[in-house]
Amino acid sequence: MGGHPDAEAGPRRDAALSTPEEPGAGAEDVEAAADGPALVTAGVAACAGVPVTVRLGQEVLHPSRAQYVEVARGLKEAGFDFCSDVCAVDYLRHPDRPLPAGVAPERFEVVANLLNLAQRVRVRLRVQVPESDPACPTLFYLYPGTENMEREAYDLLGVRFADHPDMTRILMPEDWEGHPLRKDYGVGRVPVQFKEAPGPR
Amino acid sequence: MSDSTDKTEDVAPEPRHRGIGVEETAEGRQELETVERTDPMELLIERGSVLRLPESAASDPELGDASFGEGETMIINLGPQHPSTHGVLRVMLELEGETVLRSKPVIGYLHTGMEKTGEELTYVQGATNVTRMDYLSPLNNELVFALAVESLLEVELPPRAVWIRMLMSELNRISSHVMWAATNGMDLASTTMMIFGFRERDLVLSFFEKTTGLRMNTNYIRPGGVAADLPDGWEDDVSAIVDTIETRIDDYDELLTGQPIFRQRTEGVGILDPELAVAMSASGPILRASGVAWDLRKSMPYLAYDEVDFDVIVGTVGDTFDRYAVRLNEIRESIKIVRQVVAKMPRGDYRVQDKKITPPPRGRIDESMEALIHHFKLFTRGFDVPVGETYVAIESPRGELGCYMVSDGANKPYRMHIRGPSFVNLQSVPALLRGGLMADAIAVLSSVDPVLGEVDR
Repeated sequence: MGGHPDAEAGPRRDAALSTPEEPGAGAEDVEAAADGPALVTAGVAACAGVPVTVRLGQEVLHPSRAQYVEVARGLKEAGFDFCSDVCAVDYLRHPDRPLPAGVAPERFEVVANLLNLAQRVRVRLRVQVPESDPACPTLFYLYPGTENMEREAYDLLGVRFADHPDMTRILMPEDWEGHPLRKDYGVGRVPVQFKEAPGPR
Repeated sequence: MSDSTDKTEDVAPEPRHRGIGVEETAEGRQELETVERTDPMELLIERGSVLRLPESAASDPELGDASFGEGETMIINLGPQHPSTHGVLRVMLELEGETVLRSKPVIGYLHTGMEKTGEELTYVQGATNVTRMDYLSPLNNELVFALAVESLLEVELPPRAVWIRMLMSELNRISSHVMWAATNGMDLASTTMMIFGFRERDLVLSFFEKTTGLRMNTNYIRPGGVAADLPDGWEDDVSAIVDTIETRIDDYDELLTGQPIFRQRTEGVGILDPELAVAMSASGPILRASGVAWDLRKSMPYLAYDEVDFDVIVGTVGDTFDRYAVRLNEIRESIKIVRQVVAKMPRGDYRVQDKKITPPPRGRIDESMEALIHHFKLFTRGFDVPVGETYVAIESPRGELGCYMVSDGANKPYRMHIRGPSFVNLQSVPALLRGGLMADAIAVLSSVDPVLGEVDR
């Protein structure tokens, strides 16, 4: 290990990166899932036909926005009665992330982590949300505990959750403009509210 | 879980018309069921314990009156500058006389954009950021961050690093719970308890200082292991700490558990059903106090928790007293774990021997050009993490502390989301407060144990 190892490490890892354009890049993941231990969502009818990947031992479903709530309802009936987390991700600068075949990448993703307390397994739902219409159905009526999490996702990333009972800002001030966790929202771009006296700079 | 299913089985098989009455409503004659017959989750959504008003409403009496003028209700603020709200939590309460109807925790006063900051810091620097979130359990924050990075890197840690992490995490749980006991005591007007709690916490913090150099925000657990090996004689230090705290816990027990005032203020106050606790995604001592035996250390073991023997403490009623009892006994379980860790601590490396992740020892830098280069690269650029996304969760003193991390192959996380247990647990507060007295609100808020640094992040 001599020379500049990091300089080599970067491109090598990029080469290994599978992009959705490459045929079968996502399909590999799906096959790997079929070979490995049985999927925890295998018996759930609502999940049939939903692209699924397993990586790092974590099962991820990729429902469309239309399927999202139905898949969650099916999972809830199958014992996934605890929604541990809902968050959103802005993929503006990382559009070529690996996704299974049949899932078109969009700018935003809503990520929900469901937990089956009886069988002690987790499953994650990743929903693609387009930039032109950053909205997603709410899980509030299935999991009331998602209320604050969805408000946070709306506040920081600007993804609206349709039919959410209280779609307001939660962390930022109510009159704040913009959504700070978006990738095009620069750090320090917005002037601070309370400034010191103007200095020599 | 068995508790909750038993309950529904008791209710469900009976014919549903038992509780039906016929009422004249705006929609004509309708058959109505009594509230007791309604599924608790349905009731929660229908009735709504959350006061869904804009934050400014409480300071605008006209708006408050206009929307909620019926009867004698009024809206008042508790906090953000109230000694019992633990930091800068503000709760808007809708009161009818002295009874709380709906309420809404208003948060964000401590929001400093730590998730955004986390995207600007390399994986090496990241631990310094996350450690500031839940400032009462900094080592747990570092742990979940490190585990998330290691999950993406797919590295395996040497056993000693794992056990050191477990030791520090449990000591941190003890310090966090005694700190909770202290503030809870203060909220319920037991100043003695406050002084006691701070005294015991200091024992643990002194050990942190000896081991990590800092009492809080230690930046000790880092991706790839821990920052330094345990100091010489740590076994004696740790044993002395847990021996002392064990006897002091008995003092707490004597001071509070049987005390009539304490019991009257906590028993039957702020009851949370197990079904509702699960529906509200509550975790940690709140969920367990409601009778759901869910502890990630036991249910989905991480580190080496499957190799130590401890019990999951579960409550029966789900009231404020149960939440106190669960925490108090969790300190005892943590002491049990710490003793086993002291006995079983393996020898070997305290961090993974991978030059790409772990900086070289200081001495090597003077001798080896390669070590110097690695040191320089690690502390300027950091290391790259393969493309992927992962969700890792641990049991922090407050509940499920999760980290969802997305990597785009660079040296900084593309997205780092922290699932803060305080943030999620706080939304159970309206359900806990509803129907209680204003004075109970203080006891209930305290029993939820929110740390605002983590709520607001």
